[in-house]
Amino acid sequence: MTKLFVPADVAALALGANEVTDVLTRAAATRGLSIEIVRTGSRGMAWLEPLIEVETANGRVGYGPVSAGDIPGLLDAGLLTGGAHPLAIGPVDQHPWMRRQTRLTFARCGVIDPVSLDDCVAHGVFKGLDAALELGAAPTIEAVTKSGLRGRGGAGFPAGIKWKTAAEAQADQKYIVCNADEGDSGTFADRMIMEGDPMALIEGMAIAAFAIGADKGYVYSRSEYPHANATFGEALGLLLRARPLGPHALVKRKPFDIERRIGAGSYVCGEETALLESLEGKRGQVRAKPPLPAHRGLFGKPTVINNVLTLATVPWVLAHGADAYAALGHGRSRGTMPIQLAGNVKYPGLFEAPFGLTLGEIVNDIGGGTASGRPVRAVQCGGPLGAYFPPALFNTPYDYEAFAARDGLIGHGGIVVFDDTVNMAAQARFAMEFCAVESCGKCTPCRIGSVRGQEVIDRIVAGERREMNMRLLEDLCRTLKLGSLCALGGFTPYPVMSAVRHFPEDFQRAAAQTERQEALP
Amino acid sequence: MTFVREADYGTPASKAEARVTLEIDGREVTVPAGTSIMRAARESGVNVPKLCATDMLEAFGSCRLCLVEIEGRDGTPASCTTPVAPGMKVRTQTPLLHDLRRGVMELYISDHPLDCLTCPTNGDCELQDMAGAVGLREVRYGYTGENHLEEPKDESNPYFTFDGSKCIVCSRCVRACEEVQGTFALTIEGRGFDSKVKASAADPFFESECVSCGACVQACPTATLSEKSLIEIGTPEHSVVTTCAYCGVGCAFRAEMRGEQVVRRIPHKDGKANRGHSCVKGRFAWGYATHRERVLKPMIRAKASDPWQEVSWDEAIQHAASEIRLIQAKYGKAAVGGVTSSRCTNEETYLVQKLVRAGFGVNNVDTCARVCHSPTGYGLKTTFGTSAGTQDFDSVEHTDVMIVIGANPTDAHPVFASRMKKRLRQGAKLIVIDPRRIDLVKTPHIEAAHHLPLRPGTNVAVLTALAHVVVTEGLADEAFIRERCDWDGFQAWAAFVAEERWSPEALESATGVPAAEVRAAARLYATGGNGAIYYGLGVTEHSQGATAVMAIANLAMATGNIGRPGVGVNPLRGQNNVQGACDMGSFPHELSGYRHISDDNARAIFESLWNVKLDDEPGLRIPNMLDAAIDGSFKGIYIQGEDILQSDPNTKHVAEGLSAMECVIVHDLFLNETANYATVFLPGSTFLEKNGTFTNAERRIQRVRRVMSPLNGYEDWEITQLLSNALGYPMRYTHASQIMDEIYESAPTHRLPYSPTALRKENASRLWPKETQPHG
Repeated sequence: MTKLFVPADVAALALGANEVTDVLTRAAATRGLSIEIVRTGSRGMAWLEPLIEVETANGRVGYGPVSAGDIPGLLDAGLLTGGAHPLAIGPVDQHPWMRRQTRLTFARCGVIDPVSLDDCVAHGVFKGLDAALELGAAPTIEAVTKSGLRGRGGAGFPAGIKWKTAAEAQADQKYIVCNADEGDSGTFADRMIMEGDPMALIEGMAIAAFAIGADKGYVYSRSEYPHANATFGEALGLLLRARPLGPHALVKRKPFDIERRIGAGSYVCGEETALLESLEGKRGQVRAKPPLPAHRGLFGKPTVINNVLTLATVPWVLAHGADAYAALGHGRSRGTMPIQLAGNVKYPGLFEAPFGLTLGEIVNDIGGGTASGRPVRAVQCGGPLGAYFPPALFNTPYDYEAFAARDGLIGHGGIVVFDDTVNMAAQARFAMEFCAVESCGKCTPCRIGSVRGQEVIDRIVAGERREMNMRLLEDLCRTLKLGSLCALGGFTPYPVMSAVRHFPEDFQRAAAQTERQEALP
Repeated sequence: MTFVREADYGTPASKAEARVTLEIDGREVTVPAGTSIMRAARESGVNVPKLCATDMLEAFGSCRLCLVEIEGRDGTPASCTTPVAPGMKVRTQTPLLHDLRRGVMELYISDHPLDCLTCPTNGDCELQDMAGAVGLREVRYGYTGENHLEEPKDESNPYFTFDGSKCIVCSRCVRACEEVQGTFALTIEGRGFDSKVKASAADPFFESECVSCGACVQACPTATLSEKSLIEIGTPEHSVVTTCAYCGVGCAFRAEMRGEQVVRRIPHKDGKANRGHSCVKGRFAWGYATHRERVLKPMIRAKASDPWQEVSWDEAIQHAASEIRLIQAKYGKAAVGGVTSSRCTNEETYLVQKLVRAGFGVNNVDTCARVCHSPTGYGLKTTFGTSAGTQDFDSVEHTDVMIVIGANPTDAHPVFASRMKKRLRQGAKLIVIDPRRIDLVKTPHIEAAHHLPLRPGTNVAVLTALAHVVVTEGLADEAFIRERCDWDGFQAWAAFVAEERWSPEALESATGVPAAEVRAAARLYATGGNGAIYYGLGVTEHSQGATAVMAIANLAMATGNIGRPGVGVNPLRGQNNVQGACDMGSFPHELSGYRHISDDNARAIFESLWNVKLDDEPGLRIPNMLDAAIDGSFKGIYIQGEDILQSDPNTKHVAEGLSAMECVIVHDLFLNETANYATVFLPGSTFLEKNGTFTNAERRIQRVRRVMSPLNGYEDWEITQLLSNALGYPMRYTHASQIMDEIYESAPTHRLPYSPTALRKENASRLWPKETQPHG
């Protein structure tokens, strides 16, 4: 019996992974070959999907991208023994893209069967929880603090400090909330964890619950992620059936229950306070802070709300020690970041590496430049609210503070590449439009400003009172940045102003054209 | 009298005891911990621009005008949502803040109709004020962008309009509906630029769940929600603080005036009973004062079947007086009597009973409380020593478990109900004992822990069953009872209620209430923290009314739920001055201050004050007067401000009694049903047209101020005085306050500390008998 692995990750599915699996199963049966196909998460090499792996004496050998039509040829070439074939990439672990990575959060993603408890445990699930239970609650928080792990949702707030605040709050009830409402364009790491290693997330939540004294957790996911929700739900159900949650050793301690909730498509519900409102069954609208959720969060109770990646990294930190995690990284950005490369890039996918690579290394060396083969013109880092970086800034190290120093952000780790055909004035307008579409409508700068922003850019592009309107755009961006209630309005100026600053010609070109036209008799 | 807007501190006051000192714009400020920077600034005289903040509502942080800079902190936090911290250094005016605020205002105004000069709130608009405050000079966006200027008006509500084109989506109306009123009728529909205020998911206001309390109108900083009267009449030029005449809550209002015309009534934030809230009636329904059916000229007729004949005041009064004297000459002194009104002022009530006792020379005086809360008076005096509830309304803010018995506060005492609902939403538990499924049983964000839908007439049985559980399950507060109650009396009571026949199980078939529910409710009340009982006419208007009141008092004492904020026994009085009418000596057996007429010392005080000899025998109650009328021994009555035909039991009996009289003098605003039997009609004055005081359900004595001249010519006490003088018993008051002076003089200070001086102070109100310090 030969074991094969085909991702059930939604990116692989979109590229025909289910069809490949079906054809492979039928072909093997026809040929009388004894195979077992394990559906895994994705290794993150999106350009190779669907990536079939086969277990051999030399480890897992990969073939990709495989289409259904390739199956007969692959079998003829000795797929089951790792035979040579144009699609063969050799042992997956040895692939240069994989070797360059330090996969901690994603160590198991694409490797394990996410809905096999035995497979997960065999690959180390619950080691972190065991370690936490061994340590005790306060030392667990201390370890997370010492590891330097920061919130991976975008804000980069030290996780340990958040936990400590909630742990010290006095209340009859506390909650752990996982923010799985991954709405940034060009990001997919949360989804990949939920599809590839959901138990890491559950384990992380159990550790957090133990650390702060919560007995109830919520995962707030999104309706756009049906596959992730299904896989996560299956893993959660499996765990709940197998052992009462607070799994494993938690049996003899406080029980811990997790409930999954699915958002209805609002980007702003990924903002933590709007998420809490939504969880409470209210309109997804941002709350003012203070009070911090760690003091008064879900249903008014102290709540730790962390991103999927933050929680899914916690087990590794506990299992391998805070020092091991803190040893990696750059400046105050410790550990690794699952970078998500997307857009017009040759090698899109998930690349986990310690902080400190330069943006240029990420885009050109790892990403291989553009998919179109044209020169890279701009890179948007940190989602739709992140700044556009020109190649001139490619020496910026991937690090929260270094990016902030250049008016950019790491955010949730998304990087979207554009070639030289991009119109940056249109991108700036898109940022305003995105803000307008996703605004909850509570605060004035975001509610009205995002609409006015589009109108002002339209006027600039149309060459109407360009100088005045450029000043107005700048003033508006300052009002949005400093006046908005939450990061949606607060960060919309980043893509807009970075486009203005680094690509002024895109705002002038059209304008100059129009002005010339107007000047004609 | 000028028009002064009430100060708005932006966020509610913090109740914390700890105090925090910080620096705002270079000035040291000390405020309670938890105070917002905005409020701290306002208290120190610094106005931070704001639009979404008002001290009636929790901070929201949406308008972004109130941004400040704090030394050592990043960014520009909103001062409404940021609490003070010790040593904090705040700056409210910097070049950066100036630019940001202008930027925000520029956005607001880019989506606002520029019709200020013809706008109903021109001169009274916070948006307009803020444009000035932040120095807005131009709107560079122009007015051609996307906007809401074509939003339709919703004029469905009879009292106010909603003009969506002027809405700035600050959510103050939505939040007022939620936080202040607790109805949750309003919401924001849509997101982002499409966010719009809607009533009950896009119904017209009038068809929505809106109860027209007007809290949203009051909260609106623009002309979006405006009173129709304001739109029609124009902005007020002066205002007068007075007290509502509708129910026993006793809401304080600012009557906002234009000359002698009321433009609108805004609940007064300093009102201790209502804390700035009102119901639909108090806020909007004052139109009866100028209603075309109101009678403004005195009328007489020979027989009740004759048509009315308008006469001069002089003729009417002389006629009434001669009728009274004729009857007394023909049938004896005791053949006449009077009825005081719980709708009139303390001064007027006092004067009517004085007229009857001193002018008529009899004690045949009674009041409409006869049919409502006289069981409360008797029951609470018997158990606690004073004919009054034990708490003020603020007490509810400390209550953990509420029992509501035989009352429907959301309908009958809506403003206090809103305060109850607020506390319930904060987590207090609720037990409803009522055959009806009143709104409080299940209303947005509130659900009663227990509803005991008892059979009508079984109040005492259910209360006894509750007491049975308290006693037999060891839930009585023995330490409290030994220290504060009569231990022997308690033991006798405990032995009685502990009898098996009073167990919830034994009584279940009689009361119809499942025994387990009774037990659970008793346990919750006895052990759930501060327990408060609120009751209404469902308790008192029974043949066992006084017994039920005493059962309630006993239950409270047995569980130690007396004597501190959050607990107590609280009668919800019906009319605005039921408490006051009772206090003022309206009952035939009691002089003002609940001093029995047979008490020689008490009588001596009044005999010397009034310069008459008083009868030491109690006179007739209303039903007795009617009985006597049917018997032929009672022939004349003076009824001020009550429609006994409608409100007293057994209408047929009332009608027979009235028909049998020779002279029925009705003194009222309208020709009520009782007036069908009257031969003299004296037109009364509304509360807007008189000075005096009302005493509300929490025993708060509040000023009633004349905001317009009486359309009928006289304040009601003046009419009583005219009648008295015509009868030959002289009265020489020139102002209602002189009556209050006399009341004060007649009252032993430890019993009734009415201090006219304190009460005359603007906005002052007093509680009796507990409160010794002026409250205002």
